[in-house]
Amino acid sequence: MLFLTYLINGISLGSVYAIIALGYTMVYGIAKMLNFAHGDVIMIGAYIIFFMIYKFNLPILLSIIISILICLLLGIIIERLAYKPLRKASSLSVLITAIGVSYLLQNLAQLFWTSSNKIFPNIISNGSFSFGSISISYLTIITILVCLLIMLVLTLFVNKTKIGMAMRAVSEDKDAARLMGINVDRTISITFAIGSGLAAIASALFCAAYPAVYPTLGSMPGIKAFTAAVFGGIGSIPGALVGGIMLGIIETLSKAYISTQLSDAIVFAILIIVLLIKPTGLLGRKVNEKV
Amino acid sequence: MLKVENLSVAYGAIEAVKNISFEINDHEIVALIGANGAGKTTTLHAVSGIVPIKSGSIFFDDLEISKIASEKIVSRGLVQVPEGRRIFHNSTVEENLILGAYLRKDKDGIAKDMEYVYSLFPRLLERKKQLGGTLSGGEQQMLAMARALMSKPKIMLLDEPSMGLSPLLVKEIFDIIKDINSKGVTILLVEQNAKMALGIANRAYVIETGKIVMSGTGEQLLNSEDIKKAYLGG
Ligand SMILES: Nc1ncnc2c1ncn2[C@@H]1O[C@H](COP(=O)(O)OP(=O)(O)O)[C@@H](O)[C@H]1O
Ligand SMILES: [Mg+2]
Repeated sequence: MLFLTYLINGISLGSVYAIIALGYTMVYGIAKMLNFAHGDVIMIGAYIIFFMIYKFNLPILLSIIISILICLLLGIIIERLAYKPLRKASSLSVLITAIGVSYLLQNLAQLFWTSSNKIFPNIISNGSFSFGSISISYLTIITILVCLLIMLVLTLFVNKTKIGMAMRAVSEDKDAARLMGINVDRTISITFAIGSGLAAIASALFCAAYPAVYPTLGSMPGIKAFTAAVFGGIGSIPGALVGGIMLGIIETLSKAYISTQLSDAIVFAILIIVLLIKPTGLLGRKVNEKV
Repeated sequence: MLKVENLSVAYGAIEAVKNISFEINDHEIVALIGANGAGKTTTLHAVSGIVPIKSGSIFFDDLEISKIASEKIVSRGLVQVPEGRRIFHNSTVEENLILGAYLRKDKDGIAKDMEYVYSLFPRLLERKKQLGGTLSGGEQQMLAMARALMSKPKIMLLDEPSMGLSPLLVKEIFDIIKDINSKGVTILLVEQNAKMALGIANRAYVIETGKIVMSGTGEQLLNSEDIKKAYLGG
């Protein structure tokens, strides 16, 4: 029965990874770049929620919404200032710039808010459901439900709306999309906005589980979610879900049954094995090569 | 309708198009023929605004378009069917058509044009829910043309629509081009298949290594000794 509890906790942790992984995977799908600063947007989102609640005494939900809006704007600004000028540059330059943006955000956070931990407010009540001998916290359930809801809405958005179709078109062939009258720059902006807004949601859920806010907060969930995105097949939205959940489960079970110290090593070892067997990730498909 | 004056386009140090000028009048079919690498695609990309020009000007309905964004050019009624079709493989036939009408807001007009392109290409209607990538080469060419028509263009630039198709399909595609033209759409047809292109063109230009070396009516060029030797196999 304990196993089932671990499993559900793993799915919940994986749900947070999945939400973050969406940001990596959508941006990669459209801009063909790894936005290493994505994890740090989570950190900014956490600070904003913290300040909205403690400094401005705003209600929890409103604080989260403000955090989403600010992160969304931050995503657009980062893309505009740091990545857009490099649209035609080599992918190595873009990668180095992304790492630079990541350090910039961390250092700004340190400068303004110091490196000491701030204790994240309790945003979800502590109770839990009991099913026989299993007890599952509200947070765990809410996290899983939020993740599923996001996946559902995003899938509908990408498949059924005109902007979603344009996003898929841009991810496949930018010049052909331009020839249809699609504004590629705007489409990329929208993608960054969505990914960064989701990062703010992830920061609320992540910090509700691990309630400490500090400048490098985003690094670990960021790198895990990036791994999840690759694991599931970078560029694929369902891949982010599957990759995130798998990663959460593997991590939680390794911690419970093998070793707390080794759990990260086990996660990455499995990633390497998956990529050796299927280089495009679990649900990734081969990119259409153009002639 | 379209007037290109002293256009030059360079990729870095390589000048792919050198000081070319040509003109297309309302309702014409004009062909631009030339060998592989002559600069045909570059010319079309410059007109559509997806490669920057080095010098010269491009007028579309008397408006200088060489500095305006590609989406503005499409919304004014100039559309391109690119070389190699470039349809969206991971989108369905229907979604490709919706994307073709991306900038339009007139729902009724879009629905009407959707019907029109399906009547022009009944095979697309049968494959409406299929992914673009599953279509045959000929069907992809049809989809690329149908997608372009969905923007309700005044002028359509076609880049080597016959490429890789069987003679029978080429004939079918060229008949449809004539049909589209007869409905009032001006056509700029880029081809290596000079014989077919000159057969349907009112006028034509010949491009060689980035320069226009000859022009005339379709008939004049078909009967020219130089053209026969260079492009029509003797
Ligand atoms: N993206 C590019 N970068 C550099 N050179 C290019 C590029 N595209 C085309 N070229 C060069 O420009 C010239 C004209 O090419 P293109 O316009 O594609 O010719 P065509 O369509 O007539 O076959 C060729 O020499 C080609 O190698
Ligand atoms: Mg070409």
